[in-house]
Amino acid sequence: MMKPMVKIESVGQSFQTKQGKFIALRDIDLTVAKGEVVTLIGHSGCGKSTLLNLIAGLTLPTSGVLLCDNREIAGPGPDRAVVFQNHSLLPWMTCFENVMLGVERVFGAAEKKEKLRARVEAALAMVHMDHALHKYPHEVSGGMKQRVGIARAFAMEPKILLMDEPFGALDALTRASLQDELLGVMEKTGATTVMVTHDVDEAVLLSDRIVMMTNGPAATIGEILSVALPRPRDRLALAHDATFVECRGIVLEFLYRKQLKKAA
Amino acid sequence: MSNVVALKLPIAPLSEEEETATESQCISPVVIEATPPIGQARAGKRLIEFAKTVVPPILGLLLLIGIWGLVSMKTSGIPGPAVTWTEAVRLFSDPFYSNGPNDQGIGWNVLSSLKRVAIGFGFAAAVGIPMGFLLGRFTFMSSMFDPIISLLRPVSPLAWLPIGLLVFKKADPAATWTIFICSIWPMILNTAEGVRRVPQDYLNVARVLGLPEAKVITKILFPAVLPYMLTGIRLSIGTAWLVIVAAEMLTGGVGIGFWVWDEWNNLKVEHIVIAIFVIGLVGLLLEQCLIQLAKRFTYETR
Ligand SMILES: Nc1ncnc2c1ncn2[C@@H]1O[C@H](COP(=O)(O)OP(=O)(O)OP(=O)(O)O)[C@@H](O)[C@H]1O
Ligand SMILES: [Mg+2]
Repeated sequence: MMKPMVKIESVGQSFQTKQGKFIALRDIDLTVAKGEVVTLIGHSGCGKSTLLNLIAGLTLPTSGVLLCDNREIAGPGPDRAVVFQNHSLLPWMTCFENVMLGVERVFGAAEKKEKLRARVEAALAMVHMDHALHKYPHEVSGGMKQRVGIARAFAMEPKILLMDEPFGALDALTRASLQDELLGVMEKTGATTVMVTHDVDEAVLLSDRIVMMTNGPAATIGEILSVALPRPRDRLALAHDATFVECRGIVLEFLYRKQLKKAA
Repeated sequence: MSNVVALKLPIAPLSEEEETATESQCISPVVIEATPPIGQARAGKRLIEFAKTVVPPILGLLLLIGIWGLVSMKTSGIPGPAVTWTEAVRLFSDPFYSNGPNDQGIGWNVLSSLKRVAIGFGFAAAVGIPMGFLLGRFTFMSSMFDPIISLLRPVSPLAWLPIGLLVFKKADPAATWTIFICSIWPMILNTAEGVRRVPQDYLNVARVLGLPEAKVITKILFPAVLPYMLTGIRLSIGTAWLVIVAAEMLTGGVGIGFWVWDEWNNLKVEHIVIAIFVIGLVGLLLEQCLIQLAKRFTYETR
């Protein structure tokens, strides 16, 4: 077993609401190894974002502890980069400047301007956005914005990369090509990743392990599936791969038989 | 009633109409784009578009002048468009003369009013914008100051004029003081609103990147609040320009408001009419400048 990067120990999260206490998560135990790619999947409202925000440190748990690299997570920090669902690029900065903001923060003290620029350019080239360095977010398409968001996160060379439905708002074609891109980038950098998705194919294609969550309220981890597919992975070759189909079946089974959500 | 007036429009002297038509083009400058050589049909279409944007405002102006001419014919004492025009030409041929403190060209009057507005407004921005940031960022501050602002904001700034006279002992700073008072409220309130409306996403980005507070302010808060700030500035410059005329009427000195009052005492009503147009025009220009500025700094978020 590789060195654990994230440790989540009996974490629970509840919110104070007007109707009283709302328990969103309970008894979450999970360890993510260094270099591992884990996806969280579950029905809408089960608490995936809540869990991801806990790892990011944007919120603190009501019970239990979270460790990142053996240190307690007490707040957000650049060692845990987040790709937000809605890209969250700052509209008054160009793509370049958006990525630079993070790079400067992490490497600005130790490295010269030239080196920082090179880092930003490399990160944008990695997601094939080097043609739009000096465009503003509103001048590029939704998929491109999301790529810049991914570049911003990767450029910071975080210990762990957190992504909340990074492709949720995109059409199927764009999503597929970004998944392929992300797959390549993850294989190249070996980044530890926790990613939220509700797309079963995406989960199987990208992850080493799939964490399936039960329905809320008081959601917890239902099952964990290891995806024993060798890397590098290729979408087309995998489509008829027996392991791929089997994994896909297990997740679908979990989501649509065991945790079927009654239409509200 | 208005129908009758519209029908009688052509009665207005022809030369008048032509002159005012050219004037109207000065008022709302039409942006003439460099037309690359294009097909006849497109050129024709453009001409129609152009006519559509230009003709209605000109018609409106003609209507106004028509009514004005009619009223001036029926009422003694109100000068007609023709008289006013010739007087305006005379006035604007030498706007910057100076025969002592009480007899100066209209240019000087406008400029000194603008100067007062600029000073009062500048102080209001210097105090109001940081104040707005504080109120928007800290609930404690806003619950502390909101009642005071709610109480004072509805007060006419002119009510503060005596206080200004008392404190500054002079008319000029007292007028500036009223401008300060009327400008500061929109500035505070809009800035605070802007700070409260900074999307949580942007702040989350700042938190995840672990940006230091100074960077959060310069790179995230300030740009996000800027459009709101500019709205506040636009509103306050609008009221400032309204208030300065009234304040100057009361304080005297050099200034467009005082000039109006002075001409009233001299019974030069055509000058008052000219002043009304000038005040309107300057107000319009100020507003337009700020709208352009705001456009420049408004970011599309999607
Ligand atoms: N700040 C909060 N206050 C109160 N309740 C909250 C808060 N944040 C989340 N919740 C509740 O916690 C539950 C889980 O929310 P969460 O956003 O984590 O769901 P999710 O799994 O990410 O859903 P989706 O797939 O739709 O994004 C929901 O029922 C939500 O209403
Ligand atoms: Mg979510």
